[in-house]
Amino acid sequence: MFDFLQYSFIQNALAAAVLASIACGIIGVYVVVKKIVFISGGIAHASFGGVGLGYYLGINPMFGILPFSLLSALVMGTVSKKSKIPEDSAIGILWSLGMALGIIFVYLTPGYAPDLMTYLFGNILTVPRSDLYFMLVLDIIILGAVYLFYKEFLALCFDEEFTTVQGLPTEKLYLFLLCIIALTIVVLIKVVGIILVIALLTIPASLSRKFTHNLKKMMLISIVFGTVISVTGIGLSYALDVPSGATIILVLSLVYGFAVFGMEILESRRNSGA
Amino acid sequence: MEKVIELKDVWVRYGTQTILEAINFELKEPNGLLGIIGPNGGGKTTFLKVLLGLLKPYRGSVKLFGKPPEKSRELVGYVPQYRGFDFDFPISVWEVVLTGRISHTGFLKKYREEDKKAAEEALKTVEMFQYKDRQIGQLSGGQRQRVFIARALATNPKLLLLDEPNSGLDPHMQDELYRLLNRLKQEMAVVMVTHDLSAVSVYVDKIACLNRTFHYHNSREIPVEDLEATYQCPVELIAHGIPHRVLENHEENS
Repeated sequence: MFDFLQYSFIQNALAAAVLASIACGIIGVYVVVKKIVFISGGIAHASFGGVGLGYYLGINPMFGILPFSLLSALVMGTVSKKSKIPEDSAIGILWSLGMALGIIFVYLTPGYAPDLMTYLFGNILTVPRSDLYFMLVLDIIILGAVYLFYKEFLALCFDEEFTTVQGLPTEKLYLFLLCIIALTIVVLIKVVGIILVIALLTIPASLSRKFTHNLKKMMLISIVFGTVISVTGIGLSYALDVPSGATIILVLSLVYGFAVFGMEILESRRNSGA
Repeated sequence: MEKVIELKDVWVRYGTQTILEAINFELKEPNGLLGIIGPNGGGKTTFLKVLLGLLKPYRGSVKLFGKPPEKSRELVGYVPQYRGFDFDFPISVWEVVLTGRISHTGFLKKYREEDKKAAEEALKTVEMFQYKDRQIGQLSGGQRQRVFIARALATNPKLLLLDEPNSGLDPHMQDELYRLLNRLKQEMAVVMVTHDLSAVSVYVDKIACLNRTFHYHNSREIPVEDLEATYQCPVELIAHGIPHRVLENHEENS
């Protein structure tokens, strides 16, 4: 029954799922508790400009996405904090600007853009080994940053104003957190694609919040959720021959829906004294 | 002896609107409780933000302990208004109070023993140490307010600034809060802003009125003209339930 595990593309897919779940489990918790889902979605979509740039320059699009997503994190963070434009408008504008740039770059590239769709919708079953190493390095950077800045990130997310009054450079810290989110998005793109990245950043973390009030435990639980669910999704997509990224998101949404719904029923029963 | 607060001709504007106008104010005493009252939208929070160095006045100078606010932050404890906070946030009482030590600990370092001692002491001062492992959402409003005071105390401040600390508290919890502030004011200067006139209780040593302009007479009494200038309507102040009129009768539409 498990003979499909022998295929190296399946092994790569499982490794990619684990690496992605670690990144999104940890960083997704910050995205959810700091309520920066929208700006994270903006960074993800704007990084499509990097895909286009990669094709245009004839390099691996992953190396185009990396600087592009970092740049869009810095620009979005700065504009939303410093300018008088309302934050959500600024994000909306930069979100579509990045995508438009990507489309222009792809159009200007002579010939056919191979596997463009995998960057938009992800295809974990085609992740090459070289991308796995790239994801591993990014995972190590993300883990290291969170280990070193744990108390600063916690203070920033909980009460930014108080942390500023304490004399911490909160604006720089916030931009740094956005850059770490950008790195996470790069890790996740191969798994579910730009369009669906935001689901991996929000669903496992939101789900883990139902089980604990401790940030570190939330991170651990969402890594476990992410891994179990994305592996299930890969299995289903292989068995049913449907796109892997979308299947993972469907399973995630279903589990989240059932968990929230189930918990609310339990709670209302408890409250009604039954 | 350095002045705790010194404002000279401070003006703050948002666009064309003047929020604070020509404020001159000195607070010399290193302990005691100053209450600043004024209506909503009168610039109270702006005033605190100026003191905290979060907002630069476009004219005038601000000094705390003889230094600009950004340089004197380790001497200032801040208790923000806790409306609009996310109390579902996955953080415990202990972790909240430790964030008051973050500038003492230094970047990239773990909290040290002395930080933990300071946090423990602060929690004991506000009588909340037994709740240290609770998630903050599992506390009552009054308990939460005391946790925020503990976080400010963990910084070892010489000046404690509180923004509407009594909002959302029932009369009993308010009374407990004032008794706590009364103890704290022996060791530091405490400044509290509020829109609630009844908050001006027996424990306040000095009082100021703020509604764009600032009225301060270095005393507990507020001349009725100041109060009416501040609230821009006739105000009767009947203090802490004692059935007598503190201020003179005013005439309608005079």
